[in-house]
Amino acid sequence: MIQFDAVHKRFPNGTTAVHDLSLEMPEGGVTVLVGSSGCGKTTTLRMINRMIEPTSGTIRVNGRDVTEQDAAELRRSIGYVIQQAGLFPHRTVLDNIATVPLLLGWNRKKARARAAELLETVGLAADAGKRYPHQLSGGQQQRVGVARALAADPPVLLMDEPFGAVDPVVRAQLQDELLRLQKELSKTIVFVTHDIDEAVRLGDRIAVFRTGGYLVQCAPPAELLARPADDFVADFLGAERGLKLLSLKTLAEVPQGPAPEGGAWTLVLDADRRPLHWASKDAELPVRPLTDGDSLLSALNESIASPTGLIARVDATGALTGVSSRDDIHVHAGQAHSEARVVAA
Amino acid sequence: MTIDWSWIGDHTDDLTSLTLSHLQAAMTAVFFGLLISLPLAVLAHRVRSLRGFLLGLSNVLFTIPSIAIFVLLLPVSGLTRTTTVIGLTVYTLVVLLRNTVEGLDSVPAKTKEAAKAMGTRPLRTLLTVEFPLALPVIFAGIRIATVMSISLVSVATYIGDGGLGQLFTDGFQRDFPTPVIVGVVLTILLAVVADALLVALQYVLTPWRRRRA
Repeated sequence: MIQFDAVHKRFPNGTTAVHDLSLEMPEGGVTVLVGSSGCGKTTTLRMINRMIEPTSGTIRVNGRDVTEQDAAELRRSIGYVIQQAGLFPHRTVLDNIATVPLLLGWNRKKARARAAELLETVGLAADAGKRYPHQLSGGQQQRVGVARALAADPPVLLMDEPFGAVDPVVRAQLQDELLRLQKELSKTIVFVTHDIDEAVRLGDRIAVFRTGGYLVQCAPPAELLARPADDFVADFLGAERGLKLLSLKTLAEVPQGPAPEGGAWTLVLDADRRPLHWASKDAELPVRPLTDGDSLLSALNESIASPTGLIARVDATGALTGVSSRDDIHVHAGQAHSEARVVAA
Repeated sequence: MTIDWSWIGDHTDDLTSLTLSHLQAAMTAVFFGLLISLPLAVLAHRVRSLRGFLLGLSNVLFTIPSIAIFVLLLPVSGLTRTTTVIGLTVYTLVVLLRNTVEGLDSVPAKTKEAAKAMGTRPLRTLLTVEFPLALPVIFAGIRIATVMSISLVSVATYIGDGGLGQLFTDGFQRDFPTPVIVGVVLTILLAVVADALLVALQYVLTPWRRRRA
Protein backbone atom coordinates (compact mmCIF):
# COMPACT_ATOMS: atom_id res chain seq x y z
CA MET A 1 0.00 0.00 0.00
CA ILE A 2 1.14 3.54 -0.75
CA GLN A 3 0.05 6.29 1.64
CA PHE A 4 0.31 10.03 1.02
CA ASP A 5 -0.10 12.06 4.18
CA ALA A 6 -0.47 15.83 3.79
CA VAL A 7 2.07 15.89 0.97
CA HIS A 8 2.92 19.27 -0.46
CA LYS A 9 5.24 20.07 -3.33
CA ARG A 10 6.32 23.58 -4.22
CA PHE A 11 9.00 23.97 -6.88
CA PRO A 12 11.82 26.52 -6.47
CA ASN A 13 10.15 28.75 -9.09
CA GLY A 14 7.17 29.17 -6.75
CA THR A 15 4.57 26.98 -8.48
CA THR A 16 2.72 24.54 -6.28
CA ALA A 17 2.49 21.21 -8.08
CA VAL A 18 0.79 19.18 -5.37
CA HIS A 19 -1.45 20.70 -2.75
CA ASP A 20 -1.80 19.07 0.67
CA LEU A 21 -2.40 15.60 -0.75
CA SER A 22 -3.65 12.75 1.44
CA LEU A 23 -4.38 9.59 -0.51
CA GLU A 24 -4.14 5.83 -0.13
CA MET A 25 -3.33 3.55 -3.03
CA PRO A 26 -4.47 0.07 -2.04
CA GLU A 27 -2.21 -2.96 -2.24
CA GLY A 28 -2.64 -5.13 -5.31
CA GLY A 29 -4.87 -2.56 -7.04
CA VAL A 30 -4.49 -0.17 -9.94
CA THR A 31 -4.81 3.48 -8.91
CA VAL A 32 -5.05 5.79 -11.92
CA LEU A 33 -4.13 9.45 -11.54
CA VAL A 34 -5.91 11.58 -14.15
CA GLY A 35 -6.20 15.26 -14.91
CA SER A 36 -5.16 17.81 -17.51
CA SER A 37 -1.51 18.83 -17.85
CA GLY A 38 -0.10 20.77 -14.92
CA CYS A 39 -2.46 19.18 -12.40
CA GLY A 40 0.32 17.49 -10.44
CA LYS A 41 -0.42 13.88 -11.36
CA THR A 42 3.07 13.15 -12.68
CA THR A 43 4.71 14.99 -9.78
CA THR A 44 2.65 12.85 -7.40
CA LEU A 45 3.85 9.68 -9.13
CA ARG A 46 7.48 10.77 -9.17
CA MET A 47 7.50 11.56 -5.48
CA ILE A 48 6.85 7.88 -4.73
CA ASN A 49 10.30 6.80 -5.95
CA ARG A 50 11.91 10.11 -4.97
CA MET A 51 12.59 11.31 -8.50
CA ILE A 52 11.05 14.42 -6.94
CA GLU A 53 11.29 15.15 -3.21
CA PRO A 54 8.18 16.45 -1.41
CA THR A 55 8.38 19.87 0.26
CA SER A 56 6.45 18.60 3.27
CA GLY A 57 4.35 15.62 4.34
CA THR A 58 5.19 11.94 4.27
CA ILE A 59 4.89 9.17 1.69
CA ARG A 60 4.96 5.57 2.86
CA VAL A 61 5.39 2.51 0.66
CA ASN A 62 4.31 -0.64 2.50
CA GLY A 63 4.57 1.23 5.78
CA ARG A 64 8.07 2.65 5.27
CA ASP A 65 8.70 6.38 4.86
CA VAL A 66 10.42 6.73 1.46
CA THR A 67 12.70 9.56 2.60
CA GLU A 68 14.24 7.30 5.23
CA GLN A 69 15.52 4.89 2.57
CA ASP A 70 18.50 5.20 0.26
CA ALA A 71 17.06 6.73 -2.92
CA ALA A 72 18.83 4.37 -5.36
CA GLU A 73 17.87 1.27 -3.38
CA LEU A 74 14.28 2.50 -3.08
CA ARG A 75 14.10 2.97 -6.87
CA ARG A 76 15.39 -0.57 -7.48
CA SER A 77 12.50 -1.88 -5.39
CA ILE A 78 9.89 0.01 -7.44
CA GLY A 79 9.19 -0.73 -11.11
CA TYR A 80 9.03 2.32 -13.36
CA VAL A 81 7.61 2.58 -16.88
CA ILE A 82 8.03 5.83 -18.80
CA GLN A 83 6.35 7.29 -21.86
CA GLN A 84 8.12 6.17 -25.07
CA ALA A 85 9.70 3.46 -22.93
CA GLY A 86 12.97 5.38 -22.23
CA LEU A 87 15.01 2.31 -23.12
CA PHE A 88 18.81 2.37 -23.21
CA PRO A 89 19.62 2.67 -26.94
CA HIS A 90 23.07 1.09 -26.53
CA ARG A 91 21.89 -2.07 -24.78
CA THR A 92 20.14 -5.05 -26.31
CA VAL A 93 16.53 -5.69 -25.36
CA LEU A 94 17.65 -8.50 -23.04
CA ASP A 95 20.21 -6.28 -21.28
CA ASN A 96 17.65 -3.48 -21.00
CA ILE A 97 15.28 -5.82 -19.19
CA ALA A 98 18.12 -7.09 -16.97
CA THR A 99 19.02 -3.56 -15.79
CA VAL A 100 17.65 -3.73 -12.26
CA PRO A 101 18.66 -7.35 -11.53
CA LEU A 102 22.23 -6.43 -12.54
CA LEU A 103 22.12 -3.38 -10.27
CA LEU A 104 20.96 -5.65 -7.47
CA GLY A 105 24.08 -7.76 -7.99
CA TRP A 106 22.64 -10.79 -9.76
CA ASN A 107 25.16 -12.57 -11.97
CA ARG A 108 24.80 -11.90 -15.70
CA LYS A 109 23.61 -15.40 -16.55
CA LYS A 110 20.79 -15.39 -14.01
CA ALA A 111 19.78 -11.83 -14.97
CA ARG A 112 19.66 -12.75 -18.69
CA ALA A 113 17.63 -15.89 -17.96
CA ARG A 114 15.12 -13.82 -16.00
CA ALA A 115 15.01 -11.25 -18.84
CA ALA A 116 14.32 -14.00 -21.40
CA GLU A 117 11.48 -15.27 -19.24
CA LEU A 118 9.96 -11.76 -19.06
CA LEU A 119 10.20 -11.36 -22.82
CA GLU A 120 7.64 -14.13 -23.05
CA THR A 121 5.55 -12.72 -20.20
CA VAL A 122 5.02 -9.45 -22.08
CA GLY A 123 4.30 -11.23 -25.36
CA LEU A 124 7.53 -10.71 -27.31
CA ALA A 125 9.34 -13.32 -29.40
CA ALA A 126 12.57 -14.73 -27.97
CA ASP A 127 14.64 -13.43 -30.89
CA ALA A 128 13.67 -9.85 -29.99
CA GLY A 129 16.06 -10.18 -27.04
CA LYS A 130 19.18 -9.78 -29.16
CA ARG A 131 17.94 -6.66 -30.93
CA TYR A 132 18.49 -3.04 -30.03
CA PRO A 133 15.55 -0.82 -29.06
CA HIS A 134 15.59 1.23 -32.28
CA GLN A 135 14.95 -1.98 -34.25
CA LEU A 136 11.57 -2.45 -32.53
CA SER A 137 8.19 -0.79 -33.13
CA GLY A 138 6.82 1.69 -30.62
CA GLY A 139 4.44 -0.89 -29.18
CA GLN A 140 7.20 -3.49 -28.84
CA GLN A 141 9.46 -0.95 -27.12
CA GLN A 142 6.68 -0.21 -24.66
CA ARG A 143 6.39 -3.93 -23.88
CA VAL A 144 10.13 -4.04 -23.22
CA GLY A 145 9.63 -1.06 -20.90
CA VAL A 146 7.04 -3.04 -18.93
CA ALA A 147 9.30 -6.12 -18.85
CA ARG A 148 12.19 -4.00 -17.57
CA ALA A 149 10.01 -2.64 -14.77
CA LEU A 150 8.94 -6.15 -13.77
CA ALA A 151 12.43 -7.71 -13.89
CA ALA A 152 13.22 -7.74 -10.20
CA ASP A 153 9.60 -8.55 -9.31
CA PRO A 154 8.92 -5.31 -7.40
CA PRO A 155 5.68 -5.13 -5.39
CA VAL A 156 5.00 -1.61 -6.69
CA LEU A 157 4.83 -0.44 -10.31
CA LEU A 158 4.78 3.22 -11.36
CA MET A 159 3.58 3.90 -14.90
CA ASP A 160 3.89 7.43 -16.28
CA GLU A 161 1.67 7.72 -19.38
CA PRO A 162 3.25 4.51 -20.64
CA PHE A 163 0.94 4.09 -23.64
CA GLY A 164 0.68 7.76 -24.58
CA ALA A 165 2.90 7.58 -27.64
CA VAL A 166 1.44 4.58 -29.48
CA ASP A 167 -1.54 4.46 -31.87
CA PRO A 168 -5.04 3.59 -30.51
CA VAL A 169 -5.05 -0.01 -31.77
CA VAL A 170 -1.70 -0.83 -30.18
CA ARG A 171 -2.69 1.08 -27.05
CA ALA A 172 -5.80 -1.11 -26.63
CA GLN A 173 -3.63 -4.23 -27.03
CA LEU A 174 -1.17 -2.98 -24.42
CA GLN A 175 -4.02 -2.15 -22.03
CA ASP A 176 -5.47 -5.65 -22.42
CA GLU A 177 -2.04 -7.12 -21.84
CA LEU A 178 -1.57 -5.06 -18.69
CA LEU A 179 -4.95 -6.19 -17.33
CA ARG A 180 -4.03 -9.82 -18.07
CA LEU A 181 -0.63 -9.41 -16.36
CA GLN A 182 -2.20 -7.68 -13.38
CA LYS A 183 -4.63 -10.58 -12.92
CA GLU A 184 -1.60 -12.88 -12.57
CA LEU A 185 0.76 -10.63 -10.65
CA SER A 186 -1.47 -8.39 -8.45
CA LYS A 187 1.04 -5.54 -8.24
CA THR A 188 0.28 -2.27 -6.53
CA ILE A 189 0.15 -0.08 -9.65
CA VAL A 190 0.06 3.70 -9.88
CA PHE A 191 -0.80 4.74 -13.43
CA VAL A 192 -0.73 8.30 -14.77
CA THR A 193 -2.75 9.24 -17.85
CA HIS A 194 -4.72 12.17 -19.25
CA ASP A 195 -7.02 9.78 -21.12
CA ILE A 196 -10.22 9.21 -19.12
CA ASP A 197 -11.18 6.14 -21.18
CA GLU A 198 -7.85 4.54 -20.33
CA ALA A 199 -8.43 5.39 -16.65
CA VAL A 200 -11.90 3.79 -16.64
CA ARG A 201 -10.57 0.73 -18.44
CA LEU A 202 -7.59 0.08 -16.17
CA GLY A 203 -8.35 1.62 -12.81
CA ASP A 204 -9.64 -0.05 -9.67
CA ARG A 205 -9.66 3.47 -8.32
CA ILE A 206 -9.39 6.75 -10.18
CA ALA A 207 -8.01 9.92 -8.60
CA VAL A 208 -8.99 13.07 -10.50
CA PHE A 209 -6.64 16.06 -10.13
CA ARG A 210 -7.38 19.69 -10.94
CA THR A 211 -4.86 22.29 -12.15
CA GLY A 212 -2.89 23.65 -9.23
CA GLY A 213 -2.28 20.25 -7.67
CA TYR A 214 -5.65 19.59 -6.01
CA LEU A 215 -7.11 16.10 -5.68
CA VAL A 216 -10.82 16.51 -6.42
CA GLN A 217 -12.16 12.98 -6.13
CA CYS A 218 -10.84 9.47 -5.70
CA ALA A 219 -13.28 6.62 -6.27
CA PRO A 220 -13.82 3.36 -8.13
CA PRO A 221 -14.67 4.02 -11.81
CA ALA A 222 -18.38 3.10 -11.51
CA GLU A 223 -18.85 5.40 -8.54
CA LEU A 224 -16.93 8.22 -10.20
CA LEU A 225 -19.05 7.96 -13.36
CA ALA A 226 -22.34 7.68 -11.47
CA ARG A 227 -21.66 10.42 -8.98
CA PRO A 228 -18.95 12.92 -9.94
CA ALA A 229 -18.06 15.14 -6.97
CA ASP A 230 -18.45 18.41 -8.85
CA ASP A 231 -18.82 20.02 -12.26
CA PHE A 232 -15.08 19.84 -12.88
CA VAL A 233 -15.06 16.06 -12.56
CA ALA A 234 -18.29 15.76 -14.58
CA ASP A 235 -16.75 17.87 -17.38
CA PHE A 236 -13.59 15.85 -17.27
CA LEU A 237 -15.50 12.57 -17.55
CA GLY A 238 -17.21 13.92 -20.65
CA ALA A 239 -20.72 13.85 -22.09
CA GLU A 240 -20.71 10.08 -22.60
CA ARG A 241 -20.46 9.34 -18.91
CA GLY A 242 -23.49 7.01 -19.04
CA LEU A 243 -22.06 4.95 -21.88
CA LYS A 244 -18.71 4.68 -20.08
CA LEU A 245 -20.56 3.32 -17.07
CA LEU A 246 -22.14 0.67 -19.31
CA SER A 247 -18.69 -0.34 -20.48
CA LEU A 248 -17.92 -1.33 -16.89
CA LYS A 249 -20.99 -3.56 -16.41
CA THR A 250 -21.13 -7.08 -17.83
CA LEU A 251 -23.92 -9.09 -19.35
CA ALA A 252 -23.69 -11.75 -16.59
CA GLU A 253 -26.74 -10.54 -14.66
CA VAL A 254 -28.97 -9.80 -17.65
CA PRO A 255 -31.69 -12.48 -17.91
CA GLN A 256 -31.84 -14.68 -21.00
CA GLY A 257 -34.51 -16.81 -22.59
CA PRO A 258 -34.79 -19.39 -25.36
CA ALA A 259 -34.23 -18.33 -28.95
CA PRO A 260 -37.54 -17.48 -30.72
CA GLU A 261 -38.93 -19.88 -33.27
CA GLY A 262 -41.40 -19.30 -36.04
CA GLY A 263 -40.89 -15.51 -36.25
CA ALA A 264 -39.71 -13.58 -39.28
CA TRP A 265 -36.09 -14.21 -38.32
CA THR A 266 -34.54 -17.41 -36.96
CA LEU A 267 -31.14 -17.90 -35.45
CA VAL A 268 -29.29 -20.59 -37.45
CA LEU A 269 -26.93 -22.82 -35.46
CA ASP A 270 -24.26 -25.29 -36.52
CA ALA A 271 -24.01 -28.91 -35.28
CA ASP A 272 -22.31 -27.74 -32.05
CA ARG A 273 -25.10 -25.20 -31.40
CA ARG A 274 -22.83 -22.30 -32.35
CA PRO A 275 -24.75 -19.32 -33.84
CA LEU A 276 -24.03 -18.87 -37.56
CA HIS A 277 -26.36 -16.05 -38.67
CA TRP A 278 -29.89 -14.66 -38.55
CA ALA A 279 -32.03 -15.92 -41.40
CA SER A 280 -35.38 -14.78 -42.82
CA LYS A 281 -37.24 -16.02 -45.93
CA ASP A 282 -35.04 -14.02 -48.24
CA ALA A 283 -32.10 -12.67 -46.26
CA GLU A 284 -29.20 -13.59 -44.00
CA LEU A 285 -27.61 -11.22 -41.50
CA PRO A 286 -24.42 -11.83 -39.52
CA VAL A 287 -24.58 -12.45 -35.80
CA ARG A 288 -21.91 -11.60 -33.23
CA PRO A 289 -22.52 -13.79 -30.17
CA LEU A 290 -21.63 -12.38 -26.75
CA THR A 291 -20.47 -14.06 -23.54
CA ASP A 292 -21.24 -13.18 -19.91
CA GLY A 293 -17.94 -11.28 -19.72
CA ASP A 294 -18.88 -8.81 -22.47
CA SER A 295 -19.91 -5.32 -21.43
CA LEU A 296 -23.43 -3.90 -21.44
CA LEU A 297 -22.13 -1.32 -23.90
CA SER A 298 -21.24 -3.92 -26.51
CA ALA A 299 -24.54 -5.75 -25.78
CA LEU A 300 -26.48 -2.54 -26.44
CA ASN A 301 -24.47 -1.98 -29.60
CA GLU A 302 -25.15 -5.54 -30.77
CA SER A 303 -28.87 -5.33 -30.01
CA ILE A 304 -29.14 -2.26 -32.22
CA ALA A 305 -27.37 -4.06 -35.07
CA SER A 306 -29.51 -7.18 -34.69
CA PRO A 307 -32.61 -7.41 -36.97
CA THR A 308 -34.69 -8.79 -34.09
CA GLY A 309 -33.33 -6.59 -31.31
CA LEU A 310 -32.12 -9.80 -29.72
CA ILE A 311 -28.55 -10.68 -28.87
CA ALA A 312 -27.27 -14.25 -29.02
CA ARG A 313 -25.48 -15.39 -25.86
CA VAL A 314 -22.96 -18.19 -25.80
CA ASP A 315 -20.81 -20.03 -23.25
CA ALA A 316 -17.04 -20.37 -23.33
CA THR A 317 -17.19 -23.03 -26.06
CA GLY A 318 -19.28 -20.79 -28.31
CA ALA A 319 -22.50 -22.82 -27.90
CA LEU A 320 -25.76 -20.90 -27.60
CA THR A 321 -27.10 -20.49 -24.05
CA GLY A 322 -30.02 -18.22 -24.91
CA VAL A 323 -30.96 -14.76 -26.14
CA SER A 324 -31.59 -11.42 -24.41
CA SER A 325 -33.77 -8.61 -25.69
CA ARG A 326 -32.99 -4.93 -26.06
CA ASP A 327 -35.48 -4.29 -23.24
CA ASP A 328 -33.68 -6.71 -20.87
CA ILE A 329 -30.46 -4.81 -21.52
CA HIS A 330 -32.13 -1.41 -21.11
CA VAL A 331 -33.68 -2.36 -17.80
CA HIS A 332 -30.39 -3.66 -16.52
CA ALA A 333 -28.50 -0.62 -17.76
CA GLY A 334 -30.92 1.60 -15.82
CA GLN A 335 -30.37 -0.55 -12.73
CA ALA A 336 -26.62 -0.21 -13.14
CA HIS A 337 -26.97 3.55 -12.93
CA SER A 338 -29.16 3.57 -9.85
CA GLU A 339 -27.06 0.86 -8.10
CA ALA A 340 -23.94 2.93 -8.61
CA ARG A 341 -25.77 5.90 -7.13
CA VAL A 342 -26.79 3.95 -4.06
CA VAL A 343 -23.25 2.67 -3.54
CA ALA A 344 -21.93 6.20 -3.93
CA ALA A 345 -24.41 7.57 -1.41
CA MET B 1 62.51 16.07 -59.04
CA THR B 2 63.46 12.45 -59.03
CA ILE B 3 63.29 9.88 -56.32
CA ASP B 4 66.42 7.98 -55.41
CA TRP B 5 64.92 4.54 -54.85
CA SER B 6 68.20 3.06 -53.70
CA TRP B 7 68.33 5.59 -50.82
CA ILE B 8 65.01 4.20 -49.62
CA GLY B 9 66.32 0.64 -49.85
CA ASP B 10 69.46 1.57 -47.89
CA HIS B 11 67.48 3.27 -45.10
CA THR B 12 64.56 0.93 -44.41
CA ASP B 13 65.65 0.38 -40.81
CA ASP B 14 65.91 4.16 -40.16
CA LEU B 15 62.58 4.78 -41.83
CA THR B 16 60.90 2.10 -39.74
CA SER B 17 62.23 3.44 -36.45
CA LEU B 18 61.37 7.06 -37.40
CA THR B 19 57.84 6.02 -38.35
CA LEU B 20 57.37 4.18 -35.06
CA SER B 21 58.84 7.07 -33.08
CA HIS B 22 56.53 9.46 -34.96
CA LEU B 23 53.48 7.32 -34.23
CA GLN B 24 54.46 6.89 -30.60
CA ALA B 25 54.74 10.65 -30.04
CA ALA B 26 51.31 11.28 -31.59
CA MET B 27 49.54 8.44 -29.78
CA THR B 28 51.02 9.33 -26.39
CA ALA B 29 49.78 12.89 -26.87
CA VAL B 30 46.25 11.72 -27.72
CA PHE B 31 46.32 9.34 -24.76
CA PHE B 32 47.28 12.07 -22.28
CA GLY B 33 44.89 14.45 -24.02
CA LEU B 34 42.06 12.03 -23.30
CA LEU B 35 43.23 11.48 -19.75
CA ILE B 36 43.00 15.23 -19.11
CA SER B 37 39.92 15.93 -21.25
CA LEU B 38 37.55 13.26 -19.95
CA PRO B 39 37.39 14.45 -16.32
CA LEU B 40 37.49 18.12 -17.35
CA ALA B 41 34.65 17.49 -19.83
CA VAL B 42 32.55 15.84 -17.12
CA LEU B 43 33.20 18.92 -14.97
CA ALA B 44 32.30 21.31 -17.81
CA HIS B 45 29.19 19.25 -18.58
CA ARG B 46 27.96 19.18 -14.98
CA VAL B 47 28.98 22.64 -13.79
CA ARG B 48 27.57 25.17 -16.23
CA SER B 49 29.65 28.04 -14.80
CA LEU B 50 32.95 26.23 -15.51
CA ARG B 51 32.02 25.28 -19.04
CA GLY B 52 32.80 28.58 -20.71
CA PHE B 53 36.07 28.95 -18.82
CA LEU B 54 37.38 25.47 -19.65
CA LEU B 55 36.39 25.55 -23.32
CA GLY B 56 37.77 29.10 -23.60
CA LEU B 57 41.06 28.04 -22.01
CA SER B 58 41.48 25.14 -24.45
CA ASN B 59 40.84 27.57 -27.32
CA VAL B 60 43.48 30.01 -26.03
CA LEU B 61 46.05 27.20 -25.66
CA PHE B 62 45.31 26.18 -29.25
CA THR B 63 46.22 29.65 -30.54
CA ILE B 64 49.79 29.50 -29.17
CA PRO B 65 52.09 28.94 -32.16
CA SER B 66 53.50 25.43 -32.11
CA ILE B 67 57.16 26.46 -32.21
CA ALA B 68 56.56 28.91 -29.39
CA ILE B 69 55.09 26.20 -27.21
CA PHE B 70 58.20 24.03 -27.55
CA VAL B 71 60.45 26.99 -26.83
CA LEU B 72 58.39 27.87 -23.75
CA LEU B 73 58.71 24.31 -22.49
CA LEU B 74 62.50 24.10 -22.95
CA PRO B 75 63.38 25.43 -19.48
CA VAL B 76 60.99 22.88 -17.97
CA SER B 77 61.62 19.66 -19.82
CA GLY B 78 64.55 20.40 -22.15
CA LEU B 79 65.24 18.83 -25.51
CA THR B 80 63.34 15.64 -24.80
CA ARG B 81 60.42 13.53 -26.00
CA THR B 82 58.54 14.83 -22.97
CA THR B 83 58.58 18.33 -24.44
CA THR B 84 57.22 17.00 -27.74
CA VAL B 85 54.42 15.10 -26.03
CA ILE B 86 53.42 17.98 -23.73
CA GLY B 87 53.27 20.35 -26.69
CA LEU B 88 51.16 18.00 -28.77
CA THR B 89 48.90 17.16 -25.83
CA VAL B 90 48.06 20.83 -25.36
CA TYR B 91 46.80 20.97 -28.95
CA THR B 92 44.66 17.85 -28.66
CA LEU B 93 42.75 19.36 -25.72
CA VAL B 94 40.77 21.77 -27.86
CA VAL B 95 39.05 19.04 -29.90
CA LEU B 96 38.95 16.34 -27.24
CA LEU B 97 37.48 18.58 -24.55
CA ARG B 98 34.91 20.18 -26.85
CA ASN B 99 33.80 16.91 -28.41
CA THR B 100 33.53 15.09 -25.09
CA VAL B 101 31.40 17.90 -23.65
CA GLU B 102 29.22 17.86 -26.77
CA GLY B 103 29.02 14.08 -26.63
CA LEU B 104 27.83 14.16 -23.03
CA ASP B 105 25.35 16.92 -23.94
CA SER B 106 23.96 14.73 -26.73
CA VAL B 107 22.85 11.94 -24.36
CA PRO B 108 19.02 12.18 -24.24
CA ALA B 109 17.67 13.47 -20.92
CA LYS B 110 15.05 10.71 -21.07
CA THR B 111 17.74 8.01 -21.05
CA LYS B 112 19.61 9.51 -18.06
CA GLU B 113 16.27 9.87 -16.31
CA ALA B 114 15.48 6.20 -16.94
CA ALA B 115 18.86 5.17 -15.51
CA LYS B 116 18.19 7.20 -12.38
CA ALA B 117 14.66 5.86 -12.01
CA MET B 118 15.94 2.28 -12.26
CA GLY B 119 18.19 3.00 -9.27
CA THR B 120 21.52 3.58 -11.06
CA ARG B 121 23.87 5.81 -9.06
CA PRO B 122 25.47 8.87 -10.75
CA LEU B 123 29.00 7.43 -11.28
CA ARG B 124 27.64 4.20 -12.77
CA THR B 125 25.29 6.20 -14.98
CA LEU B 126 28.27 8.22 -16.23
CA LEU B 127 30.38 5.14 -16.97
CA THR B 128 27.73 2.76 -18.31
CA VAL B 129 25.19 5.08 -19.93
CA GLU B 130 26.56 8.56 -20.63
CA PHE B 131 30.06 7.70 -21.90
CA PRO B 132 28.93 4.85 -24.16
CA LEU B 133 26.23 7.04 -25.71
CA ALA B 134 28.68 9.94 -26.08
CA LEU B 135 31.20 7.64 -27.78
CA PRO B 136 30.40 8.51 -31.42
CA VAL B 137 31.00 12.24 -30.78
CA ILE B 138 34.06 11.55 -28.60
CA PHE B 139 35.45 9.31 -31.35
CA ALA B 140 35.02 12.06 -33.92
CA GLY B 141 37.24 14.16 -31.63
CA ILE B 142 39.82 11.40 -31.18
CA ARG B 143 40.08 10.99 -34.96
CA ILE B 144 40.70 14.71 -35.52
CA ALA B 145 43.15 14.86 -32.59
CA THR B 146 45.06 11.83 -33.92
CA VAL B 147 45.42 13.08 -37.49
CA MET B 148 46.32 16.54 -36.21
CA SER B 149 48.97 15.16 -33.84
CA ILE B 150 50.51 12.98 -36.55
CA SER B 151 50.92 16.01 -38.80
CA LEU B 152 52.25 18.19 -35.95
CA VAL B 153 54.97 15.83 -34.68
CA SER B 154 57.29 17.08 -37.45
CA VAL B 155 57.41 20.53 -35.85
CA ALA B 156 59.30 19.01 -32.92
CA THR B 157 62.26 18.59 -35.29
CA TYR B 158 63.27 22.04 -34.03
CA ILE B 159 63.98 20.59 -30.61
CA GLY B 160 65.77 17.55 -32.00
CA ASP B 161 62.78 15.22 -32.00
CA GLY B 162 60.06 15.14 -34.63
CA GLY B 163 59.96 11.56 -35.91
CA LEU B 164 59.58 11.60 -39.69
CA GLY B 165 60.07 15.37 -39.55
CA GLN B 166 63.80 14.73 -39.30
CA LEU B 167 63.67 13.56 -42.93
CA PHE B 168 62.58 17.07 -43.97
CA THR B 169 65.54 18.86 -42.34
CA ASP B 170 67.86 16.19 -43.65
CA GLY B 171 66.52 16.65 -47.18
CA PHE B 172 66.59 20.45 -47.09
CA GLN B 173 70.12 20.63 -45.65
CA ARG B 174 71.53 18.37 -48.38
CA ASP B 175 69.24 19.71 -51.12
CA PHE B 176 68.18 16.12 -51.65
CA PRO B 177 64.40 15.70 -52.23
CA THR B 178 64.00 11.94 -51.67
CA PRO B 179 63.83 11.98 -47.82
CA VAL B 180 61.35 14.90 -47.95
CA ILE B 181 59.01 13.07 -50.31
CA VAL B 182 59.34 9.82 -48.37
CA GLY B 183 58.63 11.71 -45.11
CA VAL B 184 55.51 13.34 -46.51
CA VAL B 185 54.20 10.06 -47.95
CA LEU B 186 54.85 8.14 -44.73
CA THR B 187 53.19 10.87 -42.62
CA ILE B 188 50.09 10.78 -44.82
CA LEU B 189 50.04 6.98 -44.78
CA LEU B 190 50.36 6.95 -41.02
CA ALA B 191 47.45 9.38 -40.65
CA VAL B 192 45.23 7.43 -43.05
CA VAL B 193 45.96 4.07 -41.40
CA ALA B 194 45.50 5.44 -37.87
CA ASP B 195 42.18 7.00 -38.89
CA ALA B 196 40.99 3.75 -40.48
CA LEU B 197 41.92 1.82 -37.34
CA LEU B 198 39.97 4.28 -35.20
CA VAL B 199 36.91 3.91 -37.45
CA ALA B 200 37.19 0.13 -37.05
CA LEU B 201 37.58 0.45 -33.28
CA GLN B 202 34.51 2.64 -33.07
CA TYR B 203 32.55 0.09 -35.10
CA VAL B 204 33.53 -2.60 -32.60
CA LEU B 205 32.74 -0.46 -29.57
CA THR B 206 29.32 0.80 -30.70
CA PRO B 207 27.45 -2.30 -31.93
CA TRP B 208 24.07 -0.60 -31.48
CA ARG B 209 24.84 1.86 -34.27
CA ARG B 210 25.26 -0.78 -36.97
CA ARG B 211 22.36 -1.51 -39.29
CA ARG B 212 20.75 1.71 -38.16
CA ALA B 213 17.22 1.78 -39.51
